[in-house]
Amino acid sequence: MTDMLTPVLTDIWDAEQSWKLATYVDQGGYAALDVAFAMDPDDIITAVKDSGLRGRGGAGFPTGMKWSFIPQDNPKPKYLVVNADESEPGTCKDIPLMMGNPHVLVEGVIISSYAIRANKAFIYIRGEVVHVIRRVQAAVEEAYAAGHLGKDIHGSGYDLDVVVHAGAGAYICGEETALLEGLEGRRGQPRLRPPFPAVAGLYASPTVINNVESIASVPAIVKNGAAWFGAMGTEKSKGHGIFSLSGHVQKPGQYEAPLGITLRELLDLAGGVREGHQLKFWTPGGSSTPLFTDAHLDVPLDFEGVAGAGSMLGTRALQIFDDSVCVVRAVLRWTEFYQHESCGKCTPCREGTWWLTQALTRLENGQGSEADLDQLIDQCDNILGRAFCALGDGATSPVTSSIQYFRDEYLTHLSNGGCPFDPARSTAWAGTEVSA
Amino acid sequence: MSTTAPLDDKTLTELREIAARYPEARSGLLPMLHLVQSAQGRITPEGIEACAAILEISAAEVNGVATFYTMYKRHGVGDYHVGVCTNTLCAVMGGDAILERLKDHLEVGNDEVAVQRQGDSHTVSLEHIECNAACDYAPVMMVNWEFMDNQTPESAVQLVEALRAGHEVSSTRGPKLCTWREAERVLAGFPDGRADEGPSAGPASLVGLEIARERGWRAPDPTATPAIEAAQKEESGA
Repeated sequence: MTDMLTPVLTDIWDAEQSWKLATYVDQGGYAALDVAFAMDPDDIITAVKDSGLRGRGGAGFPTGMKWSFIPQDNPKPKYLVVNADESEPGTCKDIPLMMGNPHVLVEGVIISSYAIRANKAFIYIRGEVVHVIRRVQAAVEEAYAAGHLGKDIHGSGYDLDVVVHAGAGAYICGEETALLEGLEGRRGQPRLRPPFPAVAGLYASPTVINNVESIASVPAIVKNGAAWFGAMGTEKSKGHGIFSLSGHVQKPGQYEAPLGITLRELLDLAGGVREGHQLKFWTPGGSSTPLFTDAHLDVPLDFEGVAGAGSMLGTRALQIFDDSVCVVRAVLRWTEFYQHESCGKCTPCREGTWWLTQALTRLENGQGSEADLDQLIDQCDNILGRAFCALGDGATSPVTSSIQYFRDEYLTHLSNGGCPFDPARSTAWAGTEVSA
Repeated sequence: MSTTAPLDDKTLTELREIAARYPEARSGLLPMLHLVQSAQGRITPEGIEACAAILEISAAEVNGVATFYTMYKRHGVGDYHVGVCTNTLCAVMGGDAILERLKDHLEVGNDEVAVQRQGDSHTVSLEHIECNAACDYAPVMMVNWEFMDNQTPESAVQLVEALRAGHEVSSTRGPKLCTWREAERVLAGFPDGRADEGPSAGPASLVGLEIARERGWRAPDPTATPAIEAAQKEESGA
């Protein structure tokens, strides 16, 4: 039985100047590099496969398997691209990780690039986090100076260059092929797949794109072994993951735990929901994952558990909303976000998110009729599965799940002639004066 | 607002330097546009032409990129560009109220620059922004893309007044704030040597780790892993 919390990536965050190379090396950092260089690249891929590591950016695709799709007989250069475009509403784990422990990402980049035989790697960080970019830039610079990057790393004969690349504000660039477009200096619009990036990615060359936390998990797997990683988590969702609690909880923040922990357990650690209030709804993995309610407190937060209950584990972005929050207002705001961020490439998403926003605005204002709810469901049916990428699918999640669980609240808006909630009661400073 | 000076030779050299970081020069376009903003305070027609000439693509192609990404501004912003997150979680936690108070206080609409009053040493602009990946610090504001965590309408007004008055202000878990144009230079890939300012992590980032420390919880001991593996095999009847 493992402990309830298992700090691995977060373990160094409370150290003085945890972002410095010296601090990281003091705690055993860069030791995995020599273990890796003593291995055949294919054996590293096998070790990562055996560990059961699945993508930590939301989709949960097995990382080692992704790496094995790189055609090694392709004469073109291979590339590793780290997706550090963390923008999914609710998701806030990669940013503190890169701020507090950038070297574990750099070490992961080196080992992963060696495994897929790439000599050039890119870390694509969203532009809106300047200090995170400073920390990663500095970590890369320190790694070069220490001989962990550049030519003939550690005398292994292996060369690697890393470029830190800042984005410029576009949620869609979290989608891996849109990210590649951005990295090629174009508008961030997704590409048709196939071909998948493993075959024709950056510059039409074989490319692996992994989330920050996935890549950062690699050094410990190489150093401690696949069995060590697999000792945490559940049968098909192995290892540790950072769970981000936000909203109406006593102690919002980052909790690194084995996959499979429940919200009940996490809330217990976080001191529960805001005093004087009840849990109303929550997202298991960001706003693109269907909402859960207090009926889902004991759902194991692993890929299968959450999927089995009708949602997705996503990025473990647990946004907690108590009974002071209007679900229609919440869903309308997310929908406005998807409308704003839709890249415009495909019709169902570009047009559909506009229609959803209009219908939801009417309902939030107490206008329209019950038939609008059916129309919303119909609109969602016409987006889900028909959009070019996952943005459109994700946009429907809050709408359909909120109607499923809170249909009556939508209707109350109509009978009430407007929103029955006072937004002042949900604020962080509403305090105890509203508990009556 | 300062008038726009023409792009100087140093900037043109640096634009070429950015393009040279990549196997294919066009990959440099996003950071190049950040550098244009740093040099000229916005995306200028001259900056678009310069990028197009260096990358040997049309100005229309550069324009298409510059209009796609929200961080690129066609008009000037303040020395301090203030963002208020109004995505759902921050909005509910008070972001909507903060934005309303600031619009009212600064007498601006969205994405506008407040009038520089007599005695103000710096200008401020205001924009509502989407989720900036700091939800555990809601409601969140950003100033020149540095975190200003756990804000209230009152703290927000104090913040913009301190910025206008030219007082030294630091991010709640980052460095002393620089100007928007200085920040854009870092985004273009020219570090300003200030990575070591600020803490390792903010308080909310550490809550889980603190509980683990108190209770003695940690990841499994790697030296004990073979035993774990054996136990698992036994369990599955292998």
